[in-house]
Amino acid sequence: MNQLVHRLPKPFDNAPLEIVPHRVPWGLSGLAVFAFFAVPWLGSDYWLNAILIPFLVLSLAGLGLNLLTGYAGQTSVGAAGFMAVGAFATYGLLLRVPGLPLPVALIGGGLIAAAVGWVFGIPSARIKGFYLMVTTLAAQFFLEWVFTKFPWFYNNASSGTISAPRLELLGVDLSSPVGRYLLTLVTVALLTWVAVNLVRSQIGRNWMAIRDMDTAAAVIGIRVERDKRRAFAVSSFYLGIAGALWAFAYLGTASAGSFDINRSFQILFIIIIGGMGSIAGNFIGAAFISLLPIVLSYAGQALLGGSVDAGQIQNLQKMIFGTLIIWFLVKEPDGLVRLIASLREKLAVWPLRF
Amino acid sequence: MIFFLETLIGGLLAGTMYSLVAIGFVLIFKASGVFNFAQGAMLLFSALTFVSLQEHGIPFLQSLLLTVVVIVIGAVAIERAVLRPLMNRSQITLFMATLGLSFILEGLAQGLMGAEVRALDLGIEDTPLMLGEVMVSQFDLVAASTAAVLVTVLALLFNKTHIGISLRAVADDTRAALSIGINLNRIWQIVWAVAGCAGLVAGLLWGARQGVQFSLSLVVLKALPVLIIGGFTSIGGAIVGGLIVGAAENLAEVYVGPSIGGGITPWFAYFLALVFLHVRPAGLFGERAIERV
Repeated sequence: MNQLVHRLPKPFDNAPLEIVPHRVPWGLSGLAVFAFFAVPWLGSDYWLNAILIPFLVLSLAGLGLNLLTGYAGQTSVGAAGFMAVGAFATYGLLLRVPGLPLPVALIGGGLIAAAVGWVFGIPSARIKGFYLMVTTLAAQFFLEWVFTKFPWFYNNASSGTISAPRLELLGVDLSSPVGRYLLTLVTVALLTWVAVNLVRSQIGRNWMAIRDMDTAAAVIGIRVERDKRRAFAVSSFYLGIAGALWAFAYLGTASAGSFDINRSFQILFIIIIGGMGSIAGNFIGAAFISLLPIVLSYAGQALLGGSVDAGQIQNLQKMIFGTLIIWFLVKEPDGLVRLIASLREKLAVWPLRF
Repeated sequence: MIFFLETLIGGLLAGTMYSLVAIGFVLIFKASGVFNFAQGAMLLFSALTFVSLQEHGIPFLQSLLLTVVVIVIGAVAIERAVLRPLMNRSQITLFMATLGLSFILEGLAQGLMGAEVRALDLGIEDTPLMLGEVMVSQFDLVAASTAAVLVTVLALLFNKTHIGISLRAVADDTRAALSIGINLNRIWQIVWAVAGCAGLVAGLLWGARQGVQFSLSLVVLKALPVLIIGGFTSIGGAIVGGLIVGAAENLAEVYVGPSIGGGITPWFAYFLALVFLHVRPAGLFGERAIERV
């Protein structure tokens, strides 16, 4: 009997395991070496305290929000609320569990924030778009209220604030500017590495499918509701750790007011200006956001010389800020990261044009 | 019982103030699909303009007219500089642009007209009024009737005038409206101006109550749950939503608040909105979105 055998083509023996070749560019490694080894030597206390630490923490917060908004497409304006959860949870863990190492407390704070984020992600199963955004506002206000109203969270301090508990690791004191800088840098570097791999993995791809169109994603078999909740949880984990670092590595003393709605907007602006759906964009956006006020106030001082009061400069700052946001949205919706990339493409063939 | 009624009525009347703010949102969202976060800043800006004009000794009506002129100019400028370049972008992009806009307006308002608290006297007495045995704030009554008048005027505008009918056409189907020759940009300018005027009314009433100052722009955050409950696309929904939020907030603060530490008004309305959303994901009167792949 003549059997009809349908032969499948033989699989390639050398099928690539990676679809996109993954290697760390030289520039990035150089930057990492510089940040780890040179900056602690070169940087003055002012630079470390007032510029580099907030920049790194804001980048991490932007990263957390970007996972949710830029990758999974769920707009959130409650980022600071989850940062507050992380800060207060880390504080509580360090305070109430004696001998708990700092990294464990940080991760614990992040996990508690993730759990809270997961709960606030439940409505995302039924609600979309602006309606969902308002539920994240609910999270923001509710969490702010919780951390103001219940003294247990701030150990019944009359001021309602929490301050940096013991910042030490394996007996090394980290409370100096360099120590806090390195703590922040290591945390941010590790978490960024995780995020890079996360968005390349199945779950990251699911998120992007949901972002592009969740109905279509459901049709091709992605469990949309589960993955949306996971996005909320992972994003809150990042935001929680960023919140703990913001409170203890940067501010030193924090209260619920340090995580108000303006902080949420600030983080949202970081990802808009830096670039939605981009890891590097968070760092660029955070650099922009944290340097702009400094530059503007210097420029204000230099141009107008103390004749204009601080309030007016602040108003001016606000207006420049708003204008820049609109300008970015009009000119480059993909943010600074895209702007830099296209600049690089142009420079590569300079002086010719495409 | 009387205390309960007083709380309820006080809440309902305060709710109409929320509705006034929410109406501005609904107008813009219906016509251009923009979730206008700058509504609060517009409110602050117009109320500040009015107060500053009054302080310069310009009588009530003239200052009102001048403020409206400023609002119209602002609406045209916003349409030109923000909406037109962003046409056909995603709704989220437009929302973020209005966030930027709110920064500009807040900076501009405070930079030009100062940041201190201004008193605003509209000549409404805030003495309590006795209706039977129930005490009602006179000011709230005036606010509620203003809301009623505003809604009536808007309803007439939408149903009886040429402009209103074009507005509804745009809201129904932008593409079809364009194809029969409706000037979309002009419609947007008109809608933003009308929403700005609704914002002015709301801003004056809120300003008379709590002084004209920066916190006026935070009234927006009060109006969001109202929108959620009523639906983003329905003016009637904004009214009903405002009443529900106002009443529920007042009752909850009085009856539930003390047992969980008080001060629950900042988030209670949002909590309520969440409960509503779980039952009706597009609000009470919102349009259910049909998705096609």
